[in-house]
Amino acid sequence: MYSAIVFLPLLGALIAGFFGRQIGARASEIITCTLLTISAVLSWVAFFSIGVDGGEEHVTVLRWLTSDTLQVNWAFRIDTLTAVMLVVVNTVSALVHWYSIGYMHHDPHRPRFFAYLSLFTFAMLMLVTADNFLQLFFGWEGVGLASYLLIGFWYLKPSANAAAIKAFVVNRVGDFGFALGIFAIFLIFGTISFEEVFANAPALPEAARTMTFLSWEFDTLTVICLLLFMGAMGKSAQFLLHTWLPDAMEGPTPVSALIHAATMVTAGVFMVARLSPLFALSETAMMVVTIVGATTAFFAATVGLVQNDIKRVIAYSTCSQLGYMFVALGVGAFSAGIFHLFTHAFFKALLFLGSGAVIHAMSDEQDMRNMGGLRNMIPVTYWMMAIGTLALTGFPFTAGFFSKDAIIESAFVAHNGWGFYAFLATVIAAGLTSFYSWRLMFLTFHGRSRASADVLHHVHESPAVMLVPLGVLAIGALGAGYLFKDLFIGGNHEHFWREAMAAAGGTEILEAMHHAPGWVAWSPTVMMAAGFVLAWYMYIRRPEVPVALARRHVLLYKFLLNKWYFDEIYDFLLVRPAMRLGRFLWKQGDGRVIDGFGPDGVSARVLDVTRSAVRLQSGYVYHYAFAMLIGVAALITWYMFTGSVH
Amino acid sequence: MPSMALPNLAPAIPEIILAVGAMAMLMLGVFRSGRVSDMINAQAVVVLVLAAAAVILVPGKLLLTFDGVFILDDFARFMKVLTIIGSLVAVVMSIGYFKAEKAMRFEFPILIVLATLGMMMMISANGLIALYMGLELQSLALYVVAAIQRDSARATEAGLKYFVLGALASGMLLYGASLIYGFSGTTEFAGIAAVIAGGGMSLGLIFGIVFLLAGLAFKVSAVPFHMWTPDVYEGAPTPVTAFFAAAPKIAAMAIFVRTMVTAFPAATPEWQQIVVFISIASMALGAFAAIGQTNIKRLMAYSSIGHMGFALVGLASGSLAGVKGVIIYLSIYLAMTAGTFACILAMRRREGAVEEIDELAGLAKRSPMFAFLLAMLMFSLAGIPPLAGFFAKFYVFLAAIEAQLYGLAVLGVLSSVVGAFYYLRIIKIMYFDEPAEAFEPMPGVLRTVLGLSSIVVILFFLIPGPLVAAADFAARSLF
Repeated sequence: MYSAIVFLPLLGALIAGFFGRQIGARASEIITCTLLTISAVLSWVAFFSIGVDGGEEHVTVLRWLTSDTLQVNWAFRIDTLTAVMLVVVNTVSALVHWYSIGYMHHDPHRPRFFAYLSLFTFAMLMLVTADNFLQLFFGWEGVGLASYLLIGFWYLKPSANAAAIKAFVVNRVGDFGFALGIFAIFLIFGTISFEEVFANAPALPEAARTMTFLSWEFDTLTVICLLLFMGAMGKSAQFLLHTWLPDAMEGPTPVSALIHAATMVTAGVFMVARLSPLFALSETAMMVVTIVGATTAFFAATVGLVQNDIKRVIAYSTCSQLGYMFVALGVGAFSAGIFHLFTHAFFKALLFLGSGAVIHAMSDEQDMRNMGGLRNMIPVTYWMMAIGTLALTGFPFTAGFFSKDAIIESAFVAHNGWGFYAFLATVIAAGLTSFYSWRLMFLTFHGRSRASADVLHHVHESPAVMLVPLGVLAIGALGAGYLFKDLFIGGNHEHFWREAMAAAGGTEILEAMHHAPGWVAWSPTVMMAAGFVLAWYMYIRRPEVPVALARRHVLLYKFLLNKWYFDEIYDFLLVRPAMRLGRFLWKQGDGRVIDGFGPDGVSARVLDVTRSAVRLQSGYVYHYAFAMLIGVAALITWYMFTGSVH
Repeated sequence: MPSMALPNLAPAIPEIILAVGAMAMLMLGVFRSGRVSDMINAQAVVVLVLAAAAVILVPGKLLLTFDGVFILDDFARFMKVLTIIGSLVAVVMSIGYFKAEKAMRFEFPILIVLATLGMMMMISANGLIALYMGLELQSLALYVVAAIQRDSARATEAGLKYFVLGALASGMLLYGASLIYGFSGTTEFAGIAAVIAGGGMSLGLIFGIVFLLAGLAFKVSAVPFHMWTPDVYEGAPTPVTAFFAAAPKIAAMAIFVRTMVTAFPAATPEWQQIVVFISIASMALGAFAAIGQTNIKRLMAYSSIGHMGFALVGLASGSLAGVKGVIIYLSIYLAMTAGTFACILAMRRREGAVEEIDELAGLAKRSPMFAFLLAMLMFSLAGIPPLAGFFAKFYVFLAAIEAQLYGLAVLGVLSSVVGAFYYLRIIKIMYFDEPAEAFEPMPGVLRTVLGLSSIVVILFFLIPGPLVAAADFAARSLF
């Protein structure tokens, strides 16, 4: 069954990818969607048999490679964490597949699109089922590739190509650290199997506890964890390595929903949770995870306040929510982090697919300043988006309410020195989240329409194939929190998680969470309400206020609008020097030195020689005779002076 | 005291056939009025084939006659057959050309036969006087052949240049021969070798060798005695150029090898220096100067200069392997040259023959087979495996390395890299340039020549055995 879950999407990808032309777009769609749906249903079966009934599976597919002491298997490690991820990945993926039939129906390259989607799903499943670091890395790079291909799916659009390259390059930075981390693991432990590494990590021999680098001493596990976390930062678009995610919205919207909201970007969170037995041993690493997560949560929320592109707002929101998850992991509440990952997948996919429906209805318009008043024209989409927004902002009893509050509370009760910082950042971010989410809703659906009459004429509700997935996700966004909170973070969590994560997902901190002061539990809800009211005031009641505000605090506005100038700083610090260096090496190094003294120089000299050789051939007989005589004279002279005669 | 009895004529039967045949054809041409060219061409072919048969069939392993100045050994037999093939191809290919140019002369095949006679005498020469006699007989015929289109200023100029410079070269050769005779007291190769081996080496002999070598280098058009080659190749009618490029080169190289190896084996270190020098100079000049050419015949002139340089690499090593390399080189060179000139002769439009390289533009689109075979010949001339030209170079460089002439081998390989440029340029022009106007269809004779030589060039690597074995056999007879 587990092999079927993992390999059915691959089968779909191969069929649609290699035979899409022969079997046609419709058949490709049906095949990939059906296979994915089977996979999704099986995933839920696995979820209940593993998570709820208890159990753990280990499936070895085949020996991958053997090199001296390095032995790697293709193997599935199916525990509760994996089962949760299987459910998230396959459910969202299946819904996105069906949704894409409607969303992409104008596109001539549908088989390619569905092949990529299925390929992505396969790689993601490889990642979450990994039982060693190499397989994890394989899936990691596989999703990176699929993400690259899908961001650049409309490859005729220069901005899409640029975004695809940016995503790839920024992830390289993270992957560099990740790869180094894996090397370090092999160096220290002599194996890259999770099981053995986790078993050996707590009792590391004294000699291996520290490593020396340039006469500095470092704690080995901290170094390893930080290197691995670098990979997670890249993939999960955390502060400093986040710049690729908003640009990735150049891809088709279903891709944004699947890859850049629900699944791939959570790979970093999954990785830290999967490696929680390692991270739990290093206080420094946990602290860094907390700080980075909290900073991202706050930073991305501020940027989201002023963005005008509907997808970019949601992209920054994703970035921010990923920060929440890392905060939970960082303070040791692993189960809370994964719970948020689980609920977030539903409501964020819902928001993205909903915004896709809006974009679809508005003839590919993405700027919210040109929308407005769509509530009555596309009511189903409106209500779907509203449910997503409620869940995202943490409206009581929706999915986000349970998971987000758990994170904020656990941050407050954490012993970790940076817990209070994380608490502050996440609470403020909760208010900001509420504000920008409702701003999005009001700008898009309320007030008077700002679209052209031509566009308005075409506004239409999406077909059922798009609305049904929205409905399913909406159910998840409303109910997933209430239904599963007991399993994930409630009384049953120890039985649920068992050995899947360190300390059964953070029993201690979950316990402390229940004793947090009442105002802590209420603070996010209050912030949420405040954000809503402010948004209502500024965008419904007094629409002129935001304009005036932006004019009065023009510097702040510009700062936020330009995303804290990260792109500009990177451009100045990294991209342009790299370009300059590249140009220098190209023009001076390759062009002038290598080509100049190599091929070009040699060929130019050859031509010079040719010219003089041709000039010798004057056509005059006496020149020719002269050459002959000179030749003889030279040879004779040579013999006379070398005295080679014996 | 030589006996007055008639010498053994059997070794010279091929030469006698050629001499008598040439005389008979001449009589026929002079006394039969009307159009006799076709008949004489046919007769020339028959005579050459007969001569070749005689070369092969005359019994005996090593035959000496005319008091030892005429030798027929395996080396001579092999080289003579090659030479006759070269002449035969030239005669056959000339017919269509001269017909199309309306410049048919019955003297042409006769002169070719006479030149071939001279070459064969030269190849069999076992002494300085026989060498000179064969050389002059060959040269005089060639001077006339070069200028055979009397009403063409360029052809006449070419013939005259060749004659004047050839006379100078002959003079040098004679001067060298007389010096050698003066310092060694004999004109026979074996005698000279014995004198040198007996410690009779002197500066005078060295001078003699240098002058003799200058004369021989002129015939193989090695640098710096090559200057006549481009002008004559370009100016002479194309079939004449095709003839010049093959048969006389082979014959001259053969006597070059024989003289050095049999007359001066004890002076190898001395003549080796000269041969190394002219070899390097020829390879380099052939490679560099050819790049600047636009006329394909002129290009082939530089190409042949370069190839003679490569062949001399084999001789420079002075060993059995080296001579074997020279023989293989010349055999493959003959095939490549014959095929290439068949292509050049096929460069003809309704208004006449064309000789510019640019006329080949886009040939691959118009006549793909023609272009493919020419491309294969060019690759082979450039020495690219697995074509025959690669193996030709391989054997001579192998010999040079065995003889520890590393510098020579390295320079040779480098100049073949430079040389590859102009061969590849022709391929590029044929395959990638905008097509020029189409050529007339290729005549059957040229097709046959091109086909046969392409088979040799392309398929040599499959069955290299016979040629290599024969070359080995021939080379052994010199040592």
